[in-house]
Amino acid sequence: MTPADRPALILGARSGIARGIAAALAKRGHPLMLAARRAGELDSDVSDLSIRYNCAVTAHEFDVLDLDGHAGFLDGLPATPSIIICAIGVLGDQNRDAGDAQATKLIVDSNYLAPCLFLEQAATRMAEPGGSIVAIGSVAGDRGRAKNYVYGSAKAGFATYMSGLRQKYADSDLHVMTVKPGFVRTAMTEGMDLPGPLTSDAEPFAERVVSAMEKGRQVYSDLRWRALMAVITHLPERIFMKTKF
Amino acid sequence: MSTLQPLSGWARWPRRTCNTAPLDPGRLADLSPQAGQGMIARGHGRSYGDIAMNPDLTLMGALRNRILSFDAASGELVAEAGLSIAEILQVFVPRGWFPAVTPGTKFVTMAGLIAVDAHGKNHHKVGSFGDHVLWFDLYCADGQTRRCSREQNIDLFNATIGGNGLTGHILTVCTQLLQIHSGWITQKTLQASDLDQAIEIFEAHHDATYSVAWIDCLAKGAARGRSLVFLGEHATPDALEGAKAERPFDIPARRNLRMPMDAPSWALNSYTLRAFNRLYYRVNSGKPETQLVDYDTYFYPLDAILEWNRMYGKGGFAQYQCAFPLSSSREALLKLLGAISDAGLGSFLAVLKRFGPGSPERPLSFPMEGYTLALDFQLSPEALTLMTEMDEITCQHGGRLYMAKDSRMSQATLEAGYADGVPIFRSLRDATGSRPLFQSLLSQRLNL
Ligand SMILES: Cc1cc2nc3c(=O)[nH]c(=O)nc-3n(C[C@H](O)[C@H](O)[C@H](O)COP(=O)(O)OP(=O)(O)OC[C@H]3O[C@@H](n4cnc5c(N)ncnc54)[C@H](O)[C@@H]3O)c2cc1C
Ligand SMILES: NC(=O)c1ccc[n+]([C@@H]2O[C@H](COP(=O)([O-])OP(=O)(O)OC[C@H]3O[C@@H](n4cnc5c(N)ncnc54)[C@H](OP(=O)(O)O)[C@@H]3O)[C@@H](O)[C@H]2O)c1
Repeated sequence: MTPADRPALILGARSGIARGIAAALAKRGHPLMLAARRAGELDSDVSDLSIRYNCAVTAHEFDVLDLDGHAGFLDGLPATPSIIICAIGVLGDQNRDAGDAQATKLIVDSNYLAPCLFLEQAATRMAEPGGSIVAIGSVAGDRGRAKNYVYGSAKAGFATYMSGLRQKYADSDLHVMTVKPGFVRTAMTEGMDLPGPLTSDAEPFAERVVSAMEKGRQVYSDLRWRALMAVITHLPERIFMKTKF
Repeated sequence: MSTLQPLSGWARWPRRTCNTAPLDPGRLADLSPQAGQGMIARGHGRSYGDIAMNPDLTLMGALRNRILSFDAASGELVAEAGLSIAEILQVFVPRGWFPAVTPGTKFVTMAGLIAVDAHGKNHHKVGSFGDHVLWFDLYCADGQTRRCSREQNIDLFNATIGGNGLTGHILTVCTQLLQIHSGWITQKTLQASDLDQAIEIFEAHHDATYSVAWIDCLAKGAARGRSLVFLGEHATPDALEGAKAERPFDIPARRNLRMPMDAPSWALNSYTLRAFNRLYYRVNSGKPETQLVDYDTYFYPLDAILEWNRMYGKGGFAQYQCAFPLSSSREALLKLLGAISDAGLGSFLAVLKRFGPGSPERPLSFPMEGYTLALDFQLSPEALTLMTEMDEITCQHGGRLYMAKDSRMSQATLEAGYADGVPIFRSLRDATGSRPLFQSLLSQRLNL
């Protein structure tokens, strides 16, 4: 099958990382379905991607928190996706959110519950023809840190769910890949003071993600982060709790 | 949300920590620039001096780069104003279209080209970038976004082209691309043994689509003004052979080098500069008169060395670019070259070019019919003194300096060079309320 026969659905299409992935996929010739809240405002992304890469691009209204809408959304798409990229995420504000039921629920629903339910359903439809599900988690899920454990624990749950999904479909043609970004310059990290060597621009990062997908990798994260997190995750808890990381 | 970061122009001087935020039209209304300090928009920062920086608030516009529409019949392109020439080349050369005007680097935004009314090697034939802009949307001081063109908001249209970002933020641009039939340029190299000959060649080749000269700014005596004039035409497929003719828009991908570090300050001195200039002249005059080169090599030779600006060491440098009316060009150029070679200061690449008619309707647009000279100086007290001396020569001969390259001229030099335009520009700034709101270090320095 050529890329032209393998349409990609991008969830959270307005996100910085998703924009980069959309471009990398369009460059290869995949038709794109961009899904986001306020899809009407995606007009300029639709024109940009379709003109730049000469490919078909459509926009679709999608709120992952509308759980009852998932099935209808999938049924209403112009084509069954062969690739799904899930870039949905809500970082929140740790200091404000910790202990606040409403806020914590929003983080958990947006990063864990709703995306998992959606991808579970999508997987059952994709298992037969086969395809790829690429879901963006975070290194924040690898270890609970004082700075972001509300978000981090939701991402941890998400990563575990994806790992289960991957094993469930191991014998099928459905490939499930988890992406764990470190720091990527996007709206989410705007205004943060990010350490240069550990920070990537969205475009080259996205390019690496797509080529990892094509190689059939299970988990993708940048080399430096893999090295750093290998150390962080192995620190004994009594030592880790004293660090400022 | 905003971030503090050190910014400078391409010449790396001056350098200041600036408060920066993305240029996001949806959030412009919420910005509250500090009273009296204003804000300025910035593209890729390829201007040389302090024109695209404001320590209080600099809005980064290069990420707004979406293509909104393209008419493949007419070549009209509409895009967010942060779209770069590099992206236009990448997307549209394979389809047979080229930017109507391009500067000597492709890492520039359309907004940046409008704001300085940039010129290319084809200025004598087609004018500057502004001549190929059909309309743009401008975020103005009153919070309104206005479409500006030759029919609507005409004063704002004219003042914004060359207006250094001081009339408002350019959000969307419609520009006319040029149809081409290959990605190749037929280049002709002509030698001029002195300035008179160089001028003669330019005047005799007014028909050439592109023309520019490299001039040895350190040659003395009879060789003063010794130059190599490069002429260029977009090659038609019948000028191509073999694989090039089959795929006329495929040009070889270039391997970029990166300047790995700042050059030590002693590396550049009058000996190395003189030696380089002599060698450059010799190597290039030995080449065949006519050559086929890809557009990347022809238009953007310096882009092949990423961060070449580090060649001048960590103290940075200054670029000097002036233009003269036709009648006084020869005399002014001889005096400038005399002052430069006497001082023994100068640059690897000094550029001489014949301009076509300027655009008097645009108050701050730089080009005027005559000649323009551009060169760099490593920063030093001697270089600053020399440049002040050069300012005097420029003013005495009815010339002016290019603000996109400047970091040091005085208000008097500006007002002498743009005698008609500056008062018109200032009163438009006052009338539209943009003076307190849109400011850069350059506008503060020159009281624009
Ligand atoms: C190697 C090299 C070669 C060059 N050759 C040429 C040449 O041949 N001819 C020529 O004319 N120039 C030349 N230049 C200069 C260059 O074309 C200009 O400085 C151009 O403005 C740079 O574009 P930029 O996107 O980097 O803008 P910046 O440098 O970021 O900004 C330049 C101006 O544009 C304004 N601006 C930026 N974005 C906006 C916006 N959205 N709204 C309103 N104002 C905005 C800024 O306020 C500032 O006044 C050269 C520069 C280099 C480094
Ligand atoms: N940037 C980093 O350094 C970094 C690091 C680790 C992990 N990540 C992860 O990478 C992914 C992409 O993030 P990003 O950096 O590109 O940030 P981003 O631009 O903030 O993207 C997050 C996206 O999620 C969407 N979203 C949130 N709630 C939604 C909902 N209910 N329904 C539909 N869409 C919803 C947002 O859509 P709206 O536009 O409608 O708000 C937004 O486009 C996220 O999963 C994030 O957690 C990023």
